[in-house]
Order: sequence, then structure tokens, then C-alpha cells
Amino acid sequence: MTAAHAHDPLPSIARRERIQRIVLYALLVIGALLALTPMLWMFSASLMPAGEASTFPPHFLPSRPTLEHYSDLFTRLSLGRYLFNSALIAIVVTGASLAVNSLGGYAFAKLRFRGRDRLFRALSAGLVLPVQVSMLPLFLLLKNMGLINTYWGVIIPGLASIFGIFLVRQYALSIPDEMLDAARVDGASELRIFWSIVVPGILPILATLAIWTFLATWNDFMWPLIVLSDESHYTLPVALANLSGEHVQDTELMMAGSMITVVPVLLVFLFLQRYYIQGVMAGSVKG
Amino acid sequence: MAKLRIPSEANTAAWFFLAPSLALIGVFFFLPVVASLLLSVTDFDIYGIANPGNTRFVGLENYSRLLRTPDFWLALRNTFYFAFVGGPLTIAVSLGAALLLSSKLVRFKGFFRTIYFTPFVTTLVAVAIVWKYLYHTRYGLFNYGLGAIGIGPIDWLGDPHWAMPSIILMAVWKSFGYNMLIFIAGLQAIPEDLYDAAEIDGASAVRRFFSITLPMLAPTLVFVSVITMIGYFQLFAEPYVMTQGGPLRSTTSVVLLMYEEGFRWWRMGNAAAIAFVLFIVILLATLVQFRLQKERT
Repeated sequence: MTAAHAHDPLPSIARRERIQRIVLYALLVIGALLALTPMLWMFSASLMPAGEASTFPPHFLPSRPTLEHYSDLFTRLSLGRYLFNSALIAIVVTGASLAVNSLGGYAFAKLRFRGRDRLFRALSAGLVLPVQVSMLPLFLLLKNMGLINTYWGVIIPGLASIFGIFLVRQYALSIPDEMLDAARVDGASELRIFWSIVVPGILPILATLAIWTFLATWNDFMWPLIVLSDESHYTLPVALANLSGEHVQDTELMMAGSMITVVPVLLVFLFLQRYYIQGVMAGSVKG
Repeated sequence: MAKLRIPSEANTAAWFFLAPSLALIGVFFFLPVVASLLLSVTDFDIYGIANPGNTRFVGLENYSRLLRTPDFWLALRNTFYFAFVGGPLTIAVSLGAALLLSSKLVRFKGFFRTIYFTPFVTTLVAVAIVWKYLYHTRYGLFNYGLGAIGIGPIDWLGDPHWAMPSIILMAVWKSFGYNMLIFIAGLQAIPEDLYDAAEIDGASAVRRFFSITLPMLAPTLVFVSVITMIGYFQLFAEPYVMTQGGPLRSTTSVVLLMYEEGFRWWRMGNAAAIAFVLFIVILLATLVQFRLQKERT
């Protein structure tokens, strides 16, 4: 190494870092454009006058923005009904599953009873069973209960989830036993302890579970498709798949329909993403 | 006194707390799974729905017929194609994005992370419809982009050779953000001084990636591969919406075939056999990946 070189490293490292940084940002921006383009195009095309999305060369922006497809969907194609169905089902499932899964998850984490760990392992093993394996008999079961083509047919199988119990259990494990025992010594009932000590303690994971359940229920397609045969009960994804068969040529209309389906979940995600992302990380712990 | 009271009361409370979830999961998940196994050895069909008395026990006939049905092998092949090409591709893109977002030189990480994760939360059916138009032979952005660099139009969803790659491309876009988050968490857990030591030893960036990052990331990699594969074996909505399983059945997946057999033609015994084959495939793939991981360590 020569004396001249001894002064060199710092500026050259700085220059190399600047080049690296430019390359990294370029890649990140290209990636972001690729990730967003389909959704930006959906938004743009939903505002185009009929036929403009099917032109060559393609238009990227509407020449004359219009909301006619949105109003068309709500007035002529009863999209409001589907929006209501989707919201109703997703909200009921989310609320009820929070109660069911948090009770179960807490019991597995903190209450002592015979066979607890064996039961939990057996339950966890169910995570490898693809849900499709249960669908055929489940359909027959619900048919016998008279629940096919009702909201309940979609809601009930979604109420309890192994994943939800798992998530709550992992989190509830960190509640100190002394706190629970102290409350018991003071004579608090188990339900009271759950409500006033456990629930406040696991609030973050409940938020995660709520968002997770809401989005999964809203986005679900296969089971609602199987259970809901009558149009008036369709959820948005089922209605959308149905519409896309009938309105293949109406690109702008379909894009408006897709917008209405996607925007609610995007809003939920953007405002509450901290909790949602926490759920992804927590889910990965089980590996 | 108090200490004695705890276990017994907690015990009763435990079952009271567990009852709703265990009952629901038992009745609406585990019971149907077991029933599905029984269903798969019967000829339960539309007459069976009308009157269960019309159902006969047929042993393994449904399974042996499946193995003789070309459409089933085709569906299995398509599903493997999707999982074994789409899976690794998704993981590679996820890892690439995670590495970019973990670089010390980059700021606005939260901003980019949100953008990359957004496709994952969107409704599959809605974005599948969007992509169907992006793939349009004459008006779609894909062929427009290719045309701009002098490549002739591709019949993305209409050509049996291109239909599955098109679905894979969309699936990669849709789901890489999820794995990316898990990789970011995995990368954060790698101790910084390992890299510092390697750098002092003069290891290049590529060398550091292969001898530090990748080995340290192995458990994450296995987890991500397993969940990605499990998810991808269940391919359904994309072909249902974008291609209806065509052209020439080139995108008919195992689950789509099960859906058609069970809920379109009401051959439920047959469909249950398909569902069980799917389960066995998923189970084997999961076991193989865990085994590979064990052998490595």
C-alpha cells in the first residue's frame, strides 16, 4: 500500500456508496411502479368513458373522467346490495371470531387443565389440512341445517380458526401468572379476570386478529361461491366474478366494480397496517 | 386455601372458555375432514343429495378411476407447474425485495414496504379481473409494453403455453409482499457483527450473501417455502376468473377440478377423492421441505 493510497479510501468509499444508493433507489422505484401499476390502471380505467380502455395505443388517463360506471353499478347492477352483504358478513365474522378465538387462545395459554398441551398440538396439526378437504361434507352438513344460500352458511365456518387461537395463545403466554393468581385470591371470577385483565393485556393481538379476519373474510371467494347460489346474497368477489362473465367487453365497468371491492380493504390496511404487519410477523414465529 | 381453589376452578373455566371454539372447529372443520374421507369411498352424487340412501360403498374405486383419468393428471401437472415454478419465483422476488429494503443505505423503508405489501391485501378476484385486461392481446398494457421494445403480441391467456406462466406472473405480483415481510424480520435477526467481521476479512457482497445471509436465513426460508407451497397448491380463483381452467384445460388446477366435479356435476364421492389427493400432496411437500432442512443442519 502506498502513501497516496492511504488518503484515498474515504472519498472512494463515499463515491461507491453514492452509486450503490442510486442503484438501490432506482430498483426500489421500479419495483414500486410494477407493484402499483395494475391498481393505478384499474383506477384510471374505471373513470374512462365506455370504450376508452379498449383502444390502441392504450390511454393511461381518462380523456374525460366520468363516474357513470360507478353509478351504473349501484343503480342498474345492485352493487350496493353486494357491498352490504360483504360488509355484513365480514363484520359479523370479525366480531364473533374475536370473542371465540380469544377465549380459546387464552385458555390454552394460561388455564391449567388435563391434556391441555396434547389438545393444543392436535389442534395445531389441523393447520396442515387444506380447507378444501372439508368443503364437500361441510356443504352437505349446512344443507341439512338449512343454511345453504344464507349469510350464516358463510359466517359459521369462519367463526373459529386454528390460526386465530394460535395467534392469541402465543401472545397471552406473556401475561404474568402472578397477576392472574392475585386476582383469583381477591375473589374475582374467571370471566371477570378474562375481561378486566386478559383482554386489556392482549389488545394489540386482538387488533391484529380483527384486521386479519376482516380482510380474509372480505376477500374470500371459494366458500361464498359454493354456499351462496342466490344473487341477492352474493358477496362482492362472487358478484364480481359473475359480472365479469356477462360484461367481458365492459372493461371500464369491471374496473369500477373492482375498485369498489378493493378500496375498502386498502383503506383498512393503510390505516391499520401496523397491526396487520405485526400479525404477519407473529404468524411467522410458528415456523 | 386459595392455592387449592385455583386449579379446580380454572379447570372448569378452561373448558367453558374452550367450548365455543372447539365445538365450532370440531363440527365445522374436523368432522367434515373425516367425513370427506368417508365420502371418497362412496359413489355419493346428485341422487345421494336427493336421498342419501342411494349411496353405495365403492371402496377405492374413485381413487383408481382418478388415476385413469387424463384430466386429473393434467390438473395435477398444472398445479405442480404453478407451485414449483411460481413458488420459487415468488420466494426469489420476496427475498430480493427484502434485501433491498434492509439495506443500510436506503431511507423511506416504511413507504416502500407499504407499497410492496399492498398487492397482497387486495381482493384476489378483483385483481385477477384487472390482470385479465392487462393481458388483453390487443389492448392490454403487457403487449403494448412488449410492442414498444419490438416484440410481437403474445396471446397471454389464450395460448395454452402462455396461460399458466401468465397466472404465475400475477400470483408473484400478488403474494411476494407477504414473504418479503417475513424475510425482513429474518434479516433483522442476523447479528450485525457477522457482516462487520466478514467485511474486515475482505469478503465481497456476493460472498457475504452466500456465506452469512443465506445460511442464517435458512429457517425463515423453510417456513416461507412451506407456506408458499401450501398456498400455491390450493390454486383456484385465478384460473376460475381469468381462464375458466382453459385454454385446453392448461390452467385447470386440482382444486378447480374438485370444484367442478363436486359442485358443478355433484359427483361428490369423486370430488372428495380429489380433495384427499390434494391433502396428501400438500402433506408430502411439507414433510419433504422439513426433511431437507434437517439434513442441511
